[in-house]
Amino acid sequence: MYYFDNSATTKIDKEVLDEMMPYLTDKFGNASTIYSLGIESRSAILNAREKVAKALGCNSKEIYFTSSGTESDNWALKGVAFANKDRGKHIITTAIEHHAILHTCEYLEKQGFEVTYLPVGENGIIDIEVLKKEIRKDTILISVMAANNEIGSIQPITEIGKIAKQRGIYFHTDAVQAVGNMNIDVNESNIDLLSFSGHKINGPKGIGVLYIREGVNIDNLLHGGGQERRKRASTENVAGIVGIGKAVELATKDIGRKREYLINLREKCIKGILDKIPDTIVNGDREKRLPGNVNVCFRYIEGESLLLHLDKLGISASSGSACTSGELNPSHVLLAIGLPHEIAHGSLRISMSKDNTEEEVDYLLSVLPEIVQKLRDMSPLYIKNK
Amino acid sequence: MENYSEKVMDHFMNPRNVGEIKNADGIGEVGNPRCGDIMKMYIKVKDNRIEDVKFLTFGCGAAVATSSMITELIKGKTLEEALDISNRQVAEALDGLPPIKMHCSNLAEQAVKAAIEDYKKKNEK
Repeated sequence: MYYFDNSATTKIDKEVLDEMMPYLTDKFGNASTIYSLGIESRSAILNAREKVAKALGCNSKEIYFTSSGTESDNWALKGVAFANKDRGKHIITTAIEHHAILHTCEYLEKQGFEVTYLPVGENGIIDIEVLKKEIRKDTILISVMAANNEIGSIQPITEIGKIAKQRGIYFHTDAVQAVGNMNIDVNESNIDLLSFSGHKINGPKGIGVLYIREGVNIDNLLHGGGQERRKRASTENVAGIVGIGKAVELATKDIGRKREYLINLREKCIKGILDKIPDTIVNGDREKRLPGNVNVCFRYIEGESLLLHLDKLGISASSGSACTSGELNPSHVLLAIGLPHEIAHGSLRISMSKDNTEEEVDYLLSVLPEIVQKLRDMSPLYIKNK
Repeated sequence: MENYSEKVMDHFMNPRNVGEIKNADGIGEVGNPRCGDIMKMYIKVKDNRIEDVKFLTFGCGAAVATSSMITELIKGKTLEEALDISNRQVAEALDGLPPIKMHCSNLAEQAVKAAIEDYKKKNEK
Protein backbone atom coordinates (compact mmCIF):
# COMPACT_ATOMS: atom_id res chain seq x y z
CA MET A 1 0.00 0.00 0.00
CA TYR A 2 1.21 3.46 -0.90
CA TYR A 3 -0.51 5.92 1.40
CA PHE A 4 -0.35 9.53 0.21
CA ASP A 5 -3.40 10.99 1.96
CA ASN A 6 -1.99 12.09 5.30
CA SER A 7 -3.93 15.36 5.23
CA ALA A 8 -7.10 13.26 5.33
CA THR A 9 -5.90 11.14 8.20
CA THR A 10 -2.79 9.38 9.42
CA LYS A 11 -1.92 5.96 10.68
CA ILE A 12 -1.77 5.75 14.46
CA ASP A 13 1.76 5.38 15.83
CA LYS A 14 2.46 2.18 17.72
CA GLU A 15 3.87 4.17 20.63
CA VAL A 16 0.65 6.17 20.80
CA LEU A 17 -1.54 3.09 20.70
CA ASP A 18 0.56 1.41 23.40
CA GLU A 19 0.05 4.36 25.74
CA MET A 20 -3.69 4.37 25.04
CA MET A 21 -4.28 0.65 25.42
CA PRO A 22 -4.48 0.48 29.25
CA TYR A 23 -7.19 3.17 29.20
CA LEU A 24 -9.24 1.13 26.73
CA THR A 25 -8.93 -1.96 28.90
CA ASP A 26 -8.13 -2.18 32.62
CA LYS A 27 -7.88 1.52 33.45
CA PHE A 28 -11.41 2.33 32.43
CA GLY A 29 -12.30 4.60 35.33
CA ASN A 30 -14.41 7.71 34.97
CA ALA A 31 -12.09 10.64 35.60
CA SER A 32 -14.72 12.42 37.69
CA THR A 33 -14.73 9.80 40.46
CA ILE A 34 -12.83 9.80 43.72
CA TYR A 35 -11.59 6.20 43.93
CA SER A 36 -8.19 5.01 42.67
CA LEU A 37 -9.41 3.90 39.27
CA GLY A 38 -10.78 7.38 38.65
CA ILE A 39 -7.65 9.05 39.98
CA GLU A 40 -5.57 7.08 37.50
CA SER A 41 -7.67 8.41 34.65
CA ARG A 42 -7.49 11.92 36.05
CA SER A 43 -3.73 11.93 36.28
CA ALA A 44 -3.44 10.51 32.77
CA ILE A 45 -5.50 13.46 31.52
CA LEU A 46 -3.40 15.91 33.50
CA ASN A 47 -0.26 14.46 32.02
CA ALA A 48 -1.62 14.68 28.46
CA ARG A 49 -2.77 18.26 29.02
CA GLU A 50 0.75 19.21 30.02
CA LYS A 51 2.20 17.62 26.91
CA VAL A 52 -0.18 19.56 24.69
CA ALA A 53 0.50 22.80 26.55
CA LYS A 54 4.24 22.30 26.15
CA ALA A 55 3.83 21.80 22.39
CA LEU A 56 1.88 25.05 21.99
CA GLY A 57 3.86 27.10 24.50
CA CYS A 58 0.93 27.77 26.81
CA ASN A 59 -0.33 26.90 30.28
CA SER A 60 -2.01 23.52 30.67
CA LYS A 61 -5.07 25.26 32.13
CA GLU A 62 -5.64 26.75 28.70
CA ILE A 63 -6.02 23.36 26.99
CA TYR A 64 -9.48 21.84 26.51
CA PHE A 65 -10.08 18.42 25.02
CA THR A 66 -12.88 18.04 22.50
CA SER A 67 -14.09 15.30 20.18
CA SER A 68 -12.48 16.64 17.00
CA GLY A 69 -11.02 19.53 15.06
CA THR A 70 -14.53 20.23 13.83
CA GLU A 71 -15.88 20.53 17.36
CA SER A 72 -13.01 22.79 18.34
CA ASP A 73 -13.71 25.07 15.36
CA ASN A 74 -17.43 25.13 16.12
CA TRP A 75 -16.81 25.92 19.76
CA ALA A 76 -14.28 28.67 19.04
CA LEU A 77 -16.53 30.46 16.56
CA LYS A 78 -19.95 30.00 18.12
CA GLY A 79 -18.60 30.35 21.66
CA VAL A 80 -16.83 33.64 20.98
CA ALA A 81 -19.59 35.00 18.74
CA PHE A 82 -22.42 34.41 21.21
CA ALA A 83 -20.45 35.52 24.26
CA ASN A 84 -19.36 38.78 22.65
CA LYS A 85 -22.39 39.71 20.57
CA ASP A 86 -22.99 42.83 22.65
CA ARG A 87 -19.58 44.15 21.64
CA GLY A 88 -20.09 43.49 17.96
CA LYS A 89 -21.38 41.05 15.41
CA HIS A 90 -18.63 41.05 12.79
CA ILE A 91 -16.29 38.14 12.11
CA ILE A 92 -13.44 37.96 9.61
CA THR A 93 -12.29 34.70 8.08
CA THR A 94 -10.97 33.54 4.70
CA ALA A 95 -12.49 32.01 1.59
CA ILE A 96 -10.31 28.91 1.86
CA GLU A 97 -11.08 27.72 5.38
CA HIS A 98 -12.11 24.15 6.09
CA HIS A 99 -15.86 23.54 6.01
CA ALA A 100 -15.81 23.24 9.81
CA ILE A 101 -15.19 27.00 9.78
CA LEU A 102 -17.09 28.03 6.65
CA HIS A 103 -20.30 26.19 7.45
CA THR A 104 -20.17 27.41 11.04
CA CYS A 105 -19.83 30.97 9.71
CA GLU A 106 -22.84 30.43 7.45
CA TYR A 107 -24.79 29.29 10.49
CA LEU A 108 -23.68 32.38 12.42
CA GLU A 109 -24.78 34.59 9.53
CA LYS A 110 -28.25 33.10 9.91
CA GLN A 111 -28.08 34.06 13.59
CA GLY A 112 -27.48 37.69 12.69
CA PHE A 113 -23.69 37.86 12.57
CA GLU A 114 -21.84 39.39 9.62
CA VAL A 115 -18.91 37.52 8.16
CA THR A 116 -16.22 38.82 5.82
CA TYR A 117 -14.48 36.15 3.78
CA LEU A 118 -11.02 37.40 2.85
CA PRO A 119 -9.93 36.49 -0.67
CA VAL A 120 -6.56 34.84 -1.27
CA GLY A 121 -4.02 35.37 -4.01
CA GLU A 122 -3.08 32.80 -6.63
CA ASN A 123 -0.69 31.34 -4.08
CA GLY A 124 -3.50 30.76 -1.57
CA ILE A 125 -2.32 33.36 0.94
CA ILE A 126 -4.28 36.35 2.25
CA ASP A 127 -3.14 39.94 1.86
CA ILE A 128 -2.51 41.49 5.28
CA GLU A 129 -3.41 44.95 3.95
CA VAL A 130 -6.83 43.68 2.90
CA LEU A 131 -7.32 42.19 6.35
CA LYS A 132 -6.49 45.57 7.95
CA LYS A 133 -9.03 47.32 5.73
CA GLU A 134 -11.79 44.86 6.57
CA ILE A 135 -11.47 45.32 10.33
CA ARG A 136 -14.42 47.29 11.70
CA LYS A 137 -15.34 48.75 15.07
CA ASP A 138 -17.69 45.83 15.64
CA THR A 139 -15.23 43.08 14.61
CA ILE A 140 -15.03 40.60 17.46
CA LEU A 141 -13.14 37.69 15.94
CA ILE A 142 -10.62 36.90 13.23
CA SER A 143 -10.34 33.23 12.29
CA VAL A 144 -7.62 32.31 9.80
CA MET A 145 -6.28 28.80 9.32
CA ALA A 146 -2.55 28.33 9.94
CA ALA A 147 -2.10 26.08 6.90
CA ASN A 148 -4.53 25.00 4.22
CA ASN A 149 -5.55 21.35 4.05
CA GLU A 150 -5.77 21.20 0.25
CA ILE A 151 -3.02 23.34 -1.22
CA GLY A 152 -0.85 23.56 1.89
CA SER A 153 -0.45 27.34 1.80
CA ILE A 154 0.72 28.85 5.08
CA GLN A 155 -0.90 32.04 6.33
CA PRO A 156 1.01 34.82 8.11
CA ILE A 157 -0.48 34.00 11.50
CA THR A 158 2.09 35.93 13.50
CA GLU A 159 1.31 39.12 11.58
CA ILE A 160 -2.40 38.50 11.92
CA GLY A 161 -2.04 37.89 15.65
CA LYS A 162 -0.17 41.16 16.05
CA ILE A 163 -2.88 43.13 14.28
CA ALA A 164 -5.66 41.37 16.19
CA LYS A 165 -3.95 42.14 19.48
CA GLN A 166 -3.47 45.81 18.59
CA ARG A 167 -7.11 46.15 17.69
CA GLY A 168 -8.43 44.17 20.66
CA ILE A 169 -9.97 41.44 18.51
CA TYR A 170 -9.84 37.75 19.34
CA PHE A 171 -7.72 35.65 16.98
CA HIS A 172 -8.56 32.01 16.33
CA THR A 173 -6.55 29.72 14.10
CA ASP A 174 -7.49 26.33 12.76
CA ALA A 175 -4.15 24.57 13.07
CA VAL A 176 -5.36 21.06 12.25
CA GLN A 177 -2.87 20.73 9.39
CA ALA A 178 -0.16 22.86 10.95
CA VAL A 179 0.49 21.19 14.31
CA GLY A 180 3.40 18.82 13.93
CA ASN A 181 4.35 20.32 10.57
CA MET A 182 5.57 23.72 11.70
CA ASN A 183 6.50 25.40 14.95
CA ILE A 184 3.63 27.14 16.66
CA ASP A 185 3.86 29.28 19.78
CA VAL A 186 0.56 30.78 20.82
CA ASN A 187 2.23 33.64 22.72
CA GLU A 188 4.71 34.54 20.04
CA SER A 189 1.89 34.64 17.47
CA ASN A 190 -0.69 36.22 19.80
CA ILE A 191 -3.16 33.42 19.20
CA ASP A 192 -6.21 33.48 21.48
CA LEU A 193 -7.80 30.24 20.31
CA LEU A 194 -6.33 27.32 18.38
CA SER A 195 -7.88 24.07 17.12
CA PHE A 196 -6.26 20.81 16.18
CA SER A 197 -7.07 17.12 16.13
CA GLY A 198 -5.40 13.84 17.03
CA HIS A 199 -5.79 11.80 13.88
CA LYS A 200 -3.82 14.19 11.65
CA ILE A 201 -0.69 13.69 13.74
CA ASN A 202 -0.56 9.89 13.99
CA GLY A 203 -2.92 9.91 16.94
CA PRO A 204 -6.42 8.48 17.29
CA LYS A 205 -9.63 9.73 15.68
CA GLY A 206 -12.39 11.24 17.81
CA ILE A 207 -10.19 13.55 19.85
CA GLY A 208 -9.35 17.21 19.40
CA VAL A 209 -8.03 20.19 21.30
CA LEU A 210 -9.13 23.76 21.66
CA TYR A 211 -6.59 26.08 23.21
CA ILE A 212 -8.34 29.03 24.86
CA ARG A 213 -6.15 31.83 26.17
CA GLU A 214 -6.92 32.59 29.79
CA GLY A 215 -9.44 35.43 30.02
CA VAL A 216 -11.05 34.93 26.61
CA ASN A 217 -14.79 35.46 26.88
CA ILE A 218 -16.36 32.33 25.40
CA ASP A 219 -19.65 30.48 25.83
CA ASN A 220 -19.83 26.71 26.18
CA LEU A 221 -20.81 24.64 23.18
CA LEU A 222 -21.73 21.49 25.07
CA HIS A 223 -23.83 21.86 28.21
CA GLY A 224 -23.96 19.18 30.85
CA GLY A 225 -21.55 17.94 33.50
CA GLY A 226 -18.66 19.87 34.96
CA GLN A 227 -15.84 18.31 32.97
CA GLU A 228 -12.98 20.33 31.51
CA ARG A 229 -13.22 22.93 34.26
CA ARG A 230 -16.95 23.39 33.55
CA LYS A 231 -16.28 24.47 29.99
CA ARG A 232 -16.85 21.27 28.00
CA ALA A 233 -19.33 18.75 29.32
CA SER A 234 -19.15 15.01 28.62
CA THR A 235 -17.26 12.15 30.22
CA GLU A 236 -13.63 12.42 29.24
CA ASN A 237 -12.36 10.24 26.40
CA VAL A 238 -9.38 9.22 28.52
CA ALA A 239 -7.75 6.93 25.95
CA GLY A 240 -8.18 9.55 23.23
CA ILE A 241 -6.74 12.25 25.47
CA VAL A 242 -3.75 10.08 26.36
CA GLY A 243 -3.37 9.38 22.63
CA ILE A 244 -3.41 12.98 21.48
CA GLY A 245 -1.00 13.89 24.27
CA LYS A 246 1.51 11.29 23.15
CA ALA A 247 0.92 12.05 19.46
CA VAL A 248 1.55 15.77 19.88
CA GLU A 249 4.66 15.06 21.91
CA LEU A 250 6.05 12.84 19.14
CA ALA A 251 4.91 15.15 16.34
CA THR A 252 6.60 18.23 17.76
CA LYS A 253 9.82 16.47 18.71
CA ASP A 254 12.54 16.93 16.09
CA ILE A 255 10.24 19.04 13.99
CA GLY A 256 13.14 20.63 12.11
CA ARG A 257 14.51 17.32 10.91
CA LYS A 258 11.08 16.04 10.01
CA ARG A 259 10.37 19.17 7.96
CA GLU A 260 13.63 18.84 6.10
CA TYR A 261 12.85 15.20 5.27
CA LEU A 262 9.37 16.03 4.03
CA ILE A 263 10.39 19.10 2.04
CA ASN A 264 12.94 16.96 0.24
CA LEU A 265 10.26 14.38 -0.62
CA ARG A 266 7.81 17.09 -1.64
CA GLU A 267 10.24 18.80 -3.99
CA LYS A 268 11.28 15.51 -5.53
CA CYS A 269 7.63 14.71 -6.14
CA ILE A 270 6.74 18.12 -7.61
CA LYS A 271 9.82 18.19 -9.81
CA GLY A 272 9.20 14.65 -11.02
CA ILE A 273 5.60 15.42 -11.92
CA LEU A 274 6.49 18.63 -13.77
CA ASP A 275 9.31 16.89 -15.64
CA LYS A 276 7.19 13.95 -16.73
CA ILE A 277 3.73 15.38 -17.28
CA PRO A 278 3.11 18.41 -19.52
CA ASP A 279 0.16 20.78 -19.00
CA THR A 280 0.46 20.53 -15.22
CA ILE A 281 -0.11 23.36 -12.77
CA VAL A 282 1.26 23.44 -9.21
CA ASN A 283 -1.33 24.88 -6.83
CA GLY A 284 -0.42 26.92 -3.77
CA ASP A 285 2.74 28.75 -2.80
CA ARG A 286 5.97 27.00 -3.74
CA GLU A 287 7.77 28.05 -0.55
CA LYS A 288 5.17 28.91 2.07
CA ARG A 289 3.53 25.51 2.06
CA LEU A 290 3.18 22.48 4.30
CA PRO A 291 6.32 20.36 4.09
CA GLY A 292 4.51 17.24 2.87
CA ASN A 293 1.91 18.83 0.58
CA VAL A 294 1.86 18.43 -3.19
CA ASN A 295 -1.17 19.73 -5.08
CA VAL A 296 -1.27 19.82 -8.85
CA CYS A 297 -3.84 20.09 -11.63
CA PHE A 298 -3.50 18.03 -14.77
CA ARG A 299 -5.33 19.81 -17.54
CA TYR A 300 -8.04 18.00 -19.53
CA ILE A 301 -8.72 15.24 -17.01
CA GLU A 302 -10.99 14.73 -14.03
CA GLY A 303 -9.71 13.91 -10.56
CA GLU A 304 -11.92 11.03 -9.51
CA SER A 305 -10.93 9.00 -12.56
CA LEU A 306 -7.33 9.61 -11.65
CA LEU A 307 -7.86 8.47 -8.07
CA LEU A 308 -9.60 5.27 -9.19
CA HIS A 309 -6.68 4.36 -11.42
CA LEU A 310 -4.19 5.13 -8.66
CA ASP A 311 -6.18 3.03 -6.21
CA LYS A 312 -6.00 0.05 -8.58
CA LEU A 313 -2.23 0.30 -8.20
CA GLY A 314 -2.44 0.54 -4.43
CA ILE A 315 -1.96 4.29 -4.21
CA SER A 316 -4.23 6.38 -1.96
CA ALA A 317 -4.47 10.09 -2.69
CA SER A 318 -7.16 12.74 -2.97
CA SER A 319 -8.60 15.32 -5.33
CA GLY A 320 -10.61 18.53 -5.20
CA SER A 321 -12.84 17.34 -8.01
CA ALA A 322 -16.60 17.70 -7.49
CA CYS A 323 -17.08 13.98 -7.91
CA THR A 324 -14.91 13.15 -4.94
CA SER A 325 -16.68 15.51 -2.58
CA GLY A 326 -20.26 14.63 -3.39
CA GLU A 327 -20.88 18.21 -4.46
CA LEU A 328 -21.49 19.80 -7.82
CA ASN A 329 -18.62 22.25 -7.72
CA PRO A 330 -14.95 21.48 -7.44
CA SER A 331 -13.11 22.51 -4.28
CA HIS A 332 -13.82 26.02 -3.02
CA VAL A 333 -10.12 26.40 -2.33
CA LEU A 334 -9.11 25.76 -5.94
CA LEU A 335 -11.79 28.15 -7.16
CA ALA A 336 -10.65 30.77 -4.63
CA ILE A 337 -7.11 30.75 -6.04
CA GLY A 338 -8.63 31.56 -9.42
CA LEU A 339 -8.63 28.24 -11.23
CA PRO A 340 -11.37 27.75 -13.82
CA HIS A 341 -13.79 24.92 -13.02
CA GLU A 342 -12.53 22.49 -15.66
CA ILE A 343 -8.96 22.77 -14.42
CA ALA A 344 -9.96 22.55 -10.77
CA HIS A 345 -11.72 19.25 -11.54
CA GLY A 346 -8.36 17.74 -12.49
CA SER A 347 -6.55 18.23 -9.21
CA LEU A 348 -4.48 15.71 -7.30
CA ARG A 349 -3.32 16.11 -3.72
CA ILE A 350 -0.43 14.06 -2.43
CA SER A 351 0.04 14.57 1.30
CA MET A 352 3.03 12.90 2.86
CA SER A 353 4.02 12.02 6.39
CA LYS A 354 7.26 10.90 8.01
CA ASP A 355 6.31 7.33 7.06
CA ASN A 356 6.51 7.99 3.31
CA THR A 357 9.77 7.16 1.55
CA GLU A 358 11.66 8.17 -1.57
CA GLU A 359 10.96 4.74 -3.03
CA GLU A 360 7.25 5.37 -2.68
CA VAL A 361 7.57 8.70 -4.48
CA ASP A 362 9.57 6.94 -7.21
CA TYR A 363 6.79 4.40 -7.62
CA LEU A 364 4.16 7.13 -7.84
CA LEU A 365 6.22 8.98 -10.44
CA SER A 366 6.68 5.80 -12.43
CA VAL A 367 2.94 5.13 -12.82
CA LEU A 368 1.37 8.59 -12.83
CA PRO A 369 2.34 9.77 -16.35
CA GLU A 370 0.77 6.74 -18.01
CA ILE A 371 -2.50 7.12 -16.11
CA VAL A 372 -2.75 10.82 -16.92
CA GLN A 373 -2.06 10.06 -20.59
CA LYS A 374 -4.66 7.30 -20.69
CA LEU A 375 -7.30 9.67 -19.34
CA ARG A 376 -6.21 12.47 -21.64
CA ASP A 377 -6.46 10.15 -24.62
CA MET A 378 -10.14 9.67 -23.91
CA SER A 379 -10.85 13.30 -23.04
CA PRO A 380 -12.64 15.46 -25.62
CA LEU A 381 -10.97 18.51 -24.06
CA TYR A 382 -7.52 17.08 -24.71
CA ILE A 383 -8.27 15.88 -28.24
CA LYS A 384 -9.60 19.32 -29.07
CA ASN A 385 -6.46 21.04 -27.79
CA LYS A 386 -3.96 18.54 -29.11
CA MET B 1 -20.02 7.80 -0.58
CA GLU B 2 -21.27 4.59 -2.14
CA ASN B 3 -18.94 2.21 -3.88
CA TYR B 4 -19.01 1.44 -7.57
CA SER B 5 -20.14 -2.00 -8.70
CA GLU B 6 -17.62 -4.38 -10.23
CA LYS B 7 -19.24 -3.81 -13.62
CA VAL B 8 -18.75 -0.06 -13.35
CA MET B 9 -15.12 -0.59 -12.42
CA ASP B 10 -14.65 -3.01 -15.32
CA HIS B 11 -16.07 -0.53 -17.83
CA PHE B 12 -14.07 2.27 -16.24
CA MET B 13 -10.77 0.43 -16.26
CA ASN B 14 -11.33 -1.12 -19.70
CA PRO B 15 -13.67 1.21 -21.53
CA ARG B 16 -15.14 -0.18 -24.75
CA ASN B 17 -15.23 1.82 -27.97
CA VAL B 18 -13.03 4.74 -26.90
CA GLY B 19 -11.94 7.18 -29.57
CA GLU B 20 -13.14 9.23 -32.48
CA ILE B 21 -14.70 8.17 -35.77
CA LYS B 22 -13.33 10.11 -38.70
CA ASN B 23 -16.18 11.09 -41.02
CA ALA B 24 -18.78 10.12 -38.43
CA ASP B 25 -22.39 10.33 -39.62
CA GLY B 26 -23.50 11.91 -36.39
CA ILE B 27 -21.72 13.55 -33.43
CA GLY B 28 -23.32 14.43 -30.11
CA GLU B 29 -21.60 16.43 -27.40
CA VAL B 30 -23.24 17.02 -24.03
CA GLY B 31 -22.30 18.22 -20.56
CA ASN B 32 -20.00 21.07 -19.70
CA PRO B 33 -16.57 21.49 -18.19
CA ARG B 34 -17.94 23.46 -15.22
CA CYS B 35 -19.67 20.37 -13.88
CA GLY B 36 -16.73 18.16 -14.72
CA ASP B 37 -18.49 15.96 -17.29
CA ILE B 38 -18.32 16.15 -21.07
CA MET B 39 -19.30 13.29 -23.36
CA LYS B 40 -18.80 13.19 -27.08
CA MET B 41 -20.46 10.37 -29.03
CA TYR B 42 -19.62 9.51 -32.64
CA ILE B 43 -21.89 7.24 -34.71
CA LYS B 44 -21.62 5.59 -38.08
CA VAL B 45 -25.04 4.69 -39.52
CA LYS B 46 -25.85 2.18 -42.26
CA ASP B 47 -29.37 1.15 -43.35
CA ASN B 48 -30.82 2.86 -40.31
CA ARG B 49 -28.60 0.84 -38.00
CA ILE B 50 -25.75 2.03 -35.78
CA GLU B 51 -22.88 0.28 -37.45
CA ASP B 52 -20.18 1.77 -35.26
CA VAL B 53 -19.99 4.01 -32.22
CA LYS B 54 -17.12 5.58 -30.32
CA PHE B 55 -16.87 8.05 -27.47
CA LEU B 56 -14.61 10.53 -25.72
CA THR B 57 -15.36 11.45 -22.11
CA PHE B 58 -13.96 13.95 -19.63
CA GLY B 59 -15.38 12.97 -16.29
CA CYS B 60 -15.49 10.72 -13.27
CA GLY B 61 -15.54 6.93 -13.10
CA ALA B 62 -19.30 6.77 -13.58
CA ALA B 63 -19.16 9.10 -16.58
CA VAL B 64 -16.59 6.89 -18.32
CA ALA B 65 -18.40 3.65 -17.41
CA THR B 66 -21.83 4.86 -18.57
CA SER B 67 -20.36 6.12 -21.85
CA SER B 68 -18.70 2.77 -22.40
CA MET B 69 -21.80 0.78 -21.49
CA ILE B 70 -24.15 2.75 -23.71
CA THR B 71 -21.91 2.22 -26.73
CA GLU B 72 -22.25 -1.52 -26.17
CA LEU B 73 -26.01 -1.23 -25.78
CA ILE B 74 -26.60 0.71 -29.00
CA LYS B 75 -24.09 -0.92 -31.32
CA GLY B 76 -25.95 -2.79 -34.08
CA LYS B 77 -29.30 -1.40 -33.01
CA THR B 78 -31.70 0.55 -35.25
CA LEU B 79 -31.89 4.28 -34.60
CA GLU B 80 -35.34 3.83 -33.07
CA GLU B 81 -34.07 1.13 -30.72
CA ALA B 82 -31.11 3.28 -29.73
CA LEU B 83 -33.36 6.24 -28.99
CA ASP B 84 -35.41 3.99 -26.75
CA ILE B 85 -32.54 3.18 -24.43
CA SER B 86 -33.00 5.04 -21.18
CA ASN B 87 -30.52 6.15 -18.58
CA ARG B 88 -32.14 3.65 -16.21
CA GLN B 89 -31.28 0.78 -18.57
CA VAL B 90 -27.67 1.96 -18.72
CA ALA B 91 -27.46 2.09 -14.94
CA GLU B 92 -29.07 -1.34 -14.63
CA ALA B 93 -26.68 -2.83 -17.15
CA LEU B 94 -23.87 -1.59 -14.90
CA ASP B 95 -25.47 -3.26 -11.84
CA GLY B 96 -26.48 0.14 -10.54
CA LEU B 97 -24.84 3.48 -9.86
CA PRO B 98 -24.51 5.42 -6.61
CA PRO B 99 -27.49 7.86 -6.44
CA ILE B 100 -25.22 10.88 -6.73
CA LYS B 101 -23.87 9.50 -10.03
CA MET B 102 -27.23 8.90 -11.73
CA HIS B 103 -26.82 12.12 -13.70
CA CYS B 104 -23.88 10.49 -15.50
CA SER B 105 -26.17 7.86 -17.02
CA ASN B 106 -28.50 10.68 -18.00
CA LEU B 107 -25.64 12.33 -19.80
CA ALA B 108 -24.84 9.13 -21.69
CA GLU B 109 -28.46 8.86 -22.85
CA GLN B 110 -28.42 12.51 -23.94
CA ALA B 111 -25.14 12.06 -25.81
CA VAL B 112 -26.61 9.22 -27.89
CA LYS B 113 -29.76 11.22 -28.59
CA ALA B 114 -27.69 14.23 -29.63
CA ALA B 115 -25.60 12.10 -32.00
CA ILE B 116 -28.70 10.60 -33.63
CA GLU B 117 -30.30 14.02 -33.90
CA ASP B 118 -27.15 15.31 -35.55
CA TYR B 119 -27.27 12.40 -38.01
CA LYS B 120 -30.92 13.06 -38.81
CA LYS B 121 -30.31 16.76 -39.32
CA LYS B 122 -27.49 16.03 -41.76
CA ASN B 123 -29.70 13.62 -43.70
CA GLU B 124 -32.88 15.66 -43.81
CA LYS B 125 -32.57 16.66 -47.46
